[in-house]
Amino acid sequence: MHLSERRRKEEALSLGFRVHDGCGVAGIHNEKGRGIPGSRIVKALEAMRPRYNGLGAGYAGYGIYPRYRDCYAIHLILDDEESLRKVGEMLGGKANIIREEEIPARRHVLYNPPMLRRFFVKPPEQVGGLPVEDPDSYIMNLVMAINSGVEGCFVMSSGKNMGVFKGVGYPVDVADFYMLEEYQASLWLGHGRFPTNSPGWWGGAHPFNILGWSVVHNGEISSYDANRRFLEQYGYKCMLLTDTELVAYLLDFLVRREGLPLKLACRALAPPFWDKITRLSPSQAEIVRALRVVYPNALLNGPFSIIIGTNAHGTGMIGLTDRIKLRPMVAARRGEEIYIASEECAIRSVCGEPDQLWMPRAGEPIISIANGESS
Amino acid sequence: MNPLEIPPEFHIMVDVGKCQLCGRCVQECSFGALRRTDKIEADERKCVACQRCVATCPQRAIMVVDHPLAFALHGTWTEKNRRDIWKQAETGRALLSGTGTDISYPSLFDHILIDSCQVTNPPIDPLREPMELRTYIGRRPRGLEFVEGDSGGLELKTVLPPSIELKTPIIFGAMSYGAVSLETHKALAAAAHEKGTVMNSGEGGLHAEMREYGQNIIVQVASGRFGVNMDYLKLAAAIEIKIGQGAKPGIGGHLIGEKVTEQISQTRMIPTGTDAISPAPHHDIYSIEDLSQLIYALKEATEYKKPILVKIAAVHNVAAISSGIVRAGADGIVIDGFRGGTGAAPTVIRDHHGIPIEPAIAAVDDRLREEGIRDEVSIIASGGIRCSSDVAKAIALGSDAVAIGTAALIALGCRICKQCHTGLCAWGICTQKPELRRRLDLNTATRRLCNLLDAWSIELKEILGALGMNAIESLRGNRDRLRGIGLDHTTLEVLGIKPAGR
Repeated sequence: MHLSERRRKEEALSLGFRVHDGCGVAGIHNEKGRGIPGSRIVKALEAMRPRYNGLGAGYAGYGIYPRYRDCYAIHLILDDEESLRKVGEMLGGKANIIREEEIPARRHVLYNPPMLRRFFVKPPEQVGGLPVEDPDSYIMNLVMAINSGVEGCFVMSSGKNMGVFKGVGYPVDVADFYMLEEYQASLWLGHGRFPTNSPGWWGGAHPFNILGWSVVHNGEISSYDANRRFLEQYGYKCMLLTDTELVAYLLDFLVRREGLPLKLACRALAPPFWDKITRLSPSQAEIVRALRVVYPNALLNGPFSIIIGTNAHGTGMIGLTDRIKLRPMVAARRGEEIYIASEECAIRSVCGEPDQLWMPRAGEPIISIANGESS
Repeated sequence: MNPLEIPPEFHIMVDVGKCQLCGRCVQECSFGALRRTDKIEADERKCVACQRCVATCPQRAIMVVDHPLAFALHGTWTEKNRRDIWKQAETGRALLSGTGTDISYPSLFDHILIDSCQVTNPPIDPLREPMELRTYIGRRPRGLEFVEGDSGGLELKTVLPPSIELKTPIIFGAMSYGAVSLETHKALAAAAHEKGTVMNSGEGGLHAEMREYGQNIIVQVASGRFGVNMDYLKLAAAIEIKIGQGAKPGIGGHLIGEKVTEQISQTRMIPTGTDAISPAPHHDIYSIEDLSQLIYALKEATEYKKPILVKIAAVHNVAAISSGIVRAGADGIVIDGFRGGTGAAPTVIRDHHGIPIEPAIAAVDDRLREEGIRDEVSIIASGGIRCSSDVAKAIALGSDAVAIGTAALIALGCRICKQCHTGLCAWGICTQKPELRRRLDLNTATRRLCNLLDAWSIELKEILGALGMNAIESLRGNRDRLRGIGLDHTTLEVLGIKPAGR
């Protein structure tokens, strides 16, 4: 039976509740910006196979489109020619399309794949005689409009010089499908799912992305609706009924819109307990207290272990767990490479003997920024 | 014998075998229902079922029960209808009542259930893990700014507006000195101080002995302006402009002259023995722009050092009104549902005006979010909060904190006999008579209020733990964790919650 992506999505959403899943996550970042072949992230994920059930996997690669580094790379999942025509019209009308092509794939590898397309676009210089002053917001609004307005079309990713590749299958098969070995990225994120209820639709797999932000997530956000309703006040539409897209939107909001430094944005997502705040230095305590007072609904409550990719201030990777670390996370460094994963075996399978390997403390972000201030 | 006399509601039974005729019950009955002759005689028409005689009889010889007198059944003309008409036929006056409405309107809280965690997200054990109830009430800035400090680290540049820090999201609602006794006022303040929350002075000013608790008191500025002076405004943690009260929206207040004793007169700044009348509207507020002027007058007077809250009754248009209040400059809104208590209100208003707190919270929260201003202010919900699950549901529907009044009085011994307006409270809570006030022991009263706050806070932590959360802010507005049971489609839509099973 042919099951269209639209139908699968409808089925998933018609359940009326969010997709809860157990998962495995991994990320590799080269701080000097040197390329890492896609095969390595696949190998890391493959080491954690019992964490998946084959109902979803995906990758985000940063630095994969150097030739179009100034364009927003829009990765799309489409139902049919009709939805392609509609989204093409929309993109063509609202932005300048620099290049449009199929996303290369070995289509026989996965069952019943949807149509996949990528557009490299630039926002127009001006709209209605007024200059487009904030191209990021412009593209974000365009993405929201496509996801909520174009039937049978879903934006997988929309950042510059990066892309998300995801689908329904085991991580190794999804990588084979997208020919991940052909790409070189300075930062890879990977994810394998163990969904507990969804029939599995391509858009529902991780990573979730908005602009340069990508998130792979193991866990469930118990505070979901409080966070969602907070974000919706600022134009973010949580269409996918997953907690994970929320994380991408929250970071985009805090860092890009509110101008918070990355580290403080992470603090807002998993702030220290009040008891601990009183033990910080006065200036630190003042900052953290202000974050909790001003952004109470940026706090993500519930079990999570997430790896975030960003190109907000240079390509970077962030690992973060909830405030009491109810989901696992391990980090390591070897030379110029930083590794973060759900399990140590994933790291050891691709890096051999690390220089340093540690268990990040609950709520303490690991931040690795290319040529920048990692901590 | 007047055959038109209204039959009693309660029947007093004194066990003559046990009774030793000590007369304690006669002394304790502030309503004059008991008399000692060669036995204890009862005038049952005066009995209000305050249970004071039952509770204080050394021999446990007294029982008060519903009067067995039969009222011929009738589907339209309830016993209450008949009694009300008889009273009005006798007096020609509007009926007056104390406490919140006693009509059993359906409670929406009782049709809402809370989620719990299983497998995919683990519950958190509050006995093992930290659970945070700390809540801030006041205005929040839109965004934060930082500067590089001397040592190279970031320092906060934004100055946060004044706020009240609460250790638990439960505060004591407004009950004025005059309506309640000084002992009650003091116990509320002392308990608030001990447990890191606040009480509300109500509209009757503050007795000099309350000053030491200033940082745990929200002072009220109501239409009568009783007791409002610079000193009063300056010592408080926050100021609340009272526009309305859930039990009597659109109605002012009336403290009978008998209750205006020497001390009340000094505190309220009115002559002894005169009625203290709060007009229905503030006579300097006839529209939203006037409210804004009062808000800013109070901010100027207190040098922008205190949050200014505005309290309104939950009425049909509460959402739009609240939006106006935020835009008028208030730092927080207090919404009082129609079930809220009162020291005295016309029964017809109390029983038939306003809307319940549950849909009011949802409507206000929704509207402020639509307008993108929800996060700038706090919402405090009150009016019929009976237990910790009501608190959790009110917060999940969208409020920051709740205020309790009647629940606190019940902790002090109140039996809900609904005679607050008579000034004869046998438990020393809602009275100014020295011999009755003595019955409320300040230390015991304070301890009981502290215990109530502790008990509800512990239960709130249990609720959060079951929800897999460890901070109260994650519950705020988190309607996805609520489900309705037995609610119609439209009510579910208003509350913004799904039915159980979805």
